[in-house]
Amino acid sequence: MKFAVIVFPGSNCDDDMYYAIEETLGEEVEKVWYTETDISDYDAVLLPGGFSYGDYLRSGAIARFAPVMESVIDQAQRGKPVLGICNGFQVLLEARLLPGAMQFNKNLKFICRPTPLTVANADTMFTTEYEQGSTVTIPVAHGEGNYYCDDDTLEVLKQNDRIVFTYQDDINGSAAGIAGITNEKGNILGMMPHPERAVSDLLGSTDGRRLFQSMLKNWRETHVASS
Amino acid sequence: MSLRLEPSPQQIKEEKIYHDMGMTDEEFAMAENILGRLPNYTETGVFSVMWSEHCSYKHSKVLLRKFPSKGEKVLQGPGEGAGIIDIGDRQAVAFKAESHNHPSAVEPYQGAATGVGGILRDVFSMGAKPIALLNSLRFGELQSARGRYLFEEVVAGIAGYGNCVGVPTIGGEIQFDPCYEENPLMNAMCVGLINHEDIQKGVAEGTGNTVMYVGASTGRDGIHGATFASEELGEDSEEKRPSVQVGDPFMEKLLMEACQDLVQLESLVGIQDMGAAGLASSSSEMASKAGFGIEMDLDKVPQRESGMTPYEMMLSESQERMLLVVKQGHEQEVRDICDHWGLYAAEVGHVMEEQNLRLLFEGEVAADIPADALAEEAPVYHPESTEHRVFTENQKLPASSLPIADMKQTLLDLLRQPTIASKEWVYDQYDYMVQTNTAVQPGSDAAVLRVRGTNKALAMTTDCNSRYIYLDPETGGKIAVAEAARNIVCSGGTPLGLTDCLNYGSPEKPEIYWQLEKSTDGMSEACSVLDTPVIGGNVSLYNETQHGAVYPTPVVGMVGLIEDLDHITTQSFKQAGDIIYVIGEAAPEFGGSEVQKMVEGGISGRVPELDLDVEKERQQSLLEAIRSGFVHSAHDLAEGGLAAALAESVIDSGGLGAGVTLAGDTTAALFAETQSRFLVSVSPEHTEPFENTAADAVRIGKVTNEPTLEVHQSSGDKVLQADVEEMENAWKGAIPCLVKSKD
Repeated sequence: MKFAVIVFPGSNCDDDMYYAIEETLGEEVEKVWYTETDISDYDAVLLPGGFSYGDYLRSGAIARFAPVMESVIDQAQRGKPVLGICNGFQVLLEARLLPGAMQFNKNLKFICRPTPLTVANADTMFTTEYEQGSTVTIPVAHGEGNYYCDDDTLEVLKQNDRIVFTYQDDINGSAAGIAGITNEKGNILGMMPHPERAVSDLLGSTDGRRLFQSMLKNWRETHVASS
Repeated sequence: MSLRLEPSPQQIKEEKIYHDMGMTDEEFAMAENILGRLPNYTETGVFSVMWSEHCSYKHSKVLLRKFPSKGEKVLQGPGEGAGIIDIGDRQAVAFKAESHNHPSAVEPYQGAATGVGGILRDVFSMGAKPIALLNSLRFGELQSARGRYLFEEVVAGIAGYGNCVGVPTIGGEIQFDPCYEENPLMNAMCVGLINHEDIQKGVAEGTGNTVMYVGASTGRDGIHGATFASEELGEDSEEKRPSVQVGDPFMEKLLMEACQDLVQLESLVGIQDMGAAGLASSSSEMASKAGFGIEMDLDKVPQRESGMTPYEMMLSESQERMLLVVKQGHEQEVRDICDHWGLYAAEVGHVMEEQNLRLLFEGEVAADIPADALAEEAPVYHPESTEHRVFTENQKLPASSLPIADMKQTLLDLLRQPTIASKEWVYDQYDYMVQTNTAVQPGSDAAVLRVRGTNKALAMTTDCNSRYIYLDPETGGKIAVAEAARNIVCSGGTPLGLTDCLNYGSPEKPEIYWQLEKSTDGMSEACSVLDTPVIGGNVSLYNETQHGAVYPTPVVGMVGLIEDLDHITTQSFKQAGDIIYVIGEAAPEFGGSEVQKMVEGGISGRVPELDLDVEKERQQSLLEAIRSGFVHSAHDLAEGGLAAALAESVIDSGGLGAGVTLAGDTTAALFAETQSRFLVSVSPEHTEPFENTAADAVRIGKVTNEPTLEVHQSSGDKVLQADVEEMENAWKGAIPCLVKSKD
């Protein structure tokens, strides 16, 4: 399986994502600069955290227009797995690949801490290695992670099991405690917590590993099935 | 020639316009003598910033030379952007600390943010990859709205900049004292990792080589920032807000990435940050260090606004800029790298034989000054020194104990003191995990980062208890170094060396200069005994207002090497049944202690004594015990003494408690701040080898499964019982509560 880590100017978790794939899965992974226009060669697209273009406007608002995004959107629509973490999630929202928007955290401050999450849907291509309803500890590090969507959208997200992770405590004011959601097809996951920071006992948690392992497992299954 | 409304050289002299730039009559005469003519407006400005205290260390140079700065592992000592120490495997650590006190006093968010930006550039201009940021902060006691504003905004500024550039802010220390109410201290430290072959220097050598400017364009922000930082803060300081620079961490991130590529170029001759005194300092220092000159055409300097004069361009402290010297004919290599990162690179001049800094503007020579005169020949002062009356008076006071009746209440009150209280409210705002190497998160004695690709880790800390230094500068200076080393040792590391950040009042006052002299004496002695060379640092003087000077605050930033990841040790207790030891005996030493300040409302008397040989012996034996695998937790005893350390060791232990029995005077045993002491827990099967290794260790009790802390006297009487939950609430709740108060 071949992963692309998209790097925008100002991305700062690109290396962490790269190492997480390399160390957890041992699969092929490459950093892809934002000026690339064709990423069809990769099996999965990872949008890392950071402050793309400084995030001086709205988080992700400029990155969404980067040249590489056309191909990201194309691959997403073809059903390839796309994972956006933190700033990557914000970019996916701005690109309308996922519904809703991010507001400043309710305390108006950046928050960085290991955070207990509930796995609200263990039946996605990103979460099959988790147990439904289980608790995982994955760090957050964001200033704008207060997820908002209108009531109708929230209802749709709930009805279709598109809420994948929820915060156990209300850390940032997110609607329905949402920490991560998928698109309708289930091939795009956006989440604020950083699974790439939870892949080693030395760093305090390994709960993020199963997310990447789920991606690999599901890719292998579909790959074997289709070949 | 364009119309510049600048005073003529004659006017500058006659109307003493140089006074406004912080130059004295003697200094102006020196400049005139060096040039053999009257300096023009631009030249006067360049002399004044280069000879400011901030750039020239003219009042502190003599003292800084005392610091031991050599060692077999030191690859780069003071004088460059950052010092560098070998850590083996052809790798090294580059680190430095710098102050941004004055800017933070008048514009706390940007002042702190640009402090972080500046120290990052000092480290990555050496060719290193920044892997960690730390800080050391001082504020008033959060009782006033302005005090809380300064505190909140400084923290937000550090977070805003550091989080965006993607370098983890992993540690630091904060103390609160009324003396910092109007003059807070903001010291930032950066640690970088570098391969030996990538080490760069800020030199401009080789006639004909090209001088290039990379990064943000030059604006009118921060003009005379270095001069402003070299004055006392007054009622008009708010008006100096335009002297404070504005940070752009996104630009910094691009510049940092570009520099990591640029230092790989064979054709790169030298590189230096445009920090304090901007283009003036970087160009003259690079030329002076190399023994060459630089001619720059200021019309080619990228400018943010039109109509900028040479004076403004040379003195601007616009952020996120670098000056490079590249071999002639290789400019395109630099441009290509900068293009990739979306940065502008301009050829602004060339290196010349004649050792001058010559500036051209609109076809005319705007300034022509010997580079050495600016960078090396600033006046050196030997100010008058008089023993500070605070020291004289306090030495005469008899030692006295403290009237403490309720031990539990005293402990809970101590845990609520902002200096002791948990700083979670602060570090929660810092991204301390990015780069995914943070093995010990903020809150323990030292932060620990693994070195990816090896089995090693780095421990780092900042420390300084300025109360001791105020009462007794020499002993306090020793303690500052010793405490930093203790923190490194407790985390399992060997102290490698340190950077300092010396924050004092006006050196022109004999008693302040005496504090500077004595405290650096103490630090130097401790550095020699503990084998921790000073590889760089920064001096910030004139930290005073009309209400007086801050306490002398020489912050120590120390880095240590943990040779094996298995040696990483933290302060929290790990396992019920473990045996608790204290290394070192308490004496009734309360002078300058947290408990004294809390109970008596102020500090007085003699500070705790420090025997450096005992200190060294105990540090070495504890480190040996840690490396032998005997130690489950280690915590140095500092502010709040054993009581605070015990509380901190149980609070984050995940539901454990402790029961201890203390001999002798309970008040002293619990709260005195006697030096060279450690709280250690050891599994029962290792007690014998541990005791053989750490000869001064005394067994005081056990880690328990009950989440309470119980303290008994040797008579059997219980003197304290506190639930972990109530201690945790006091400790963690204090700062959020103070910040929220509205009066």
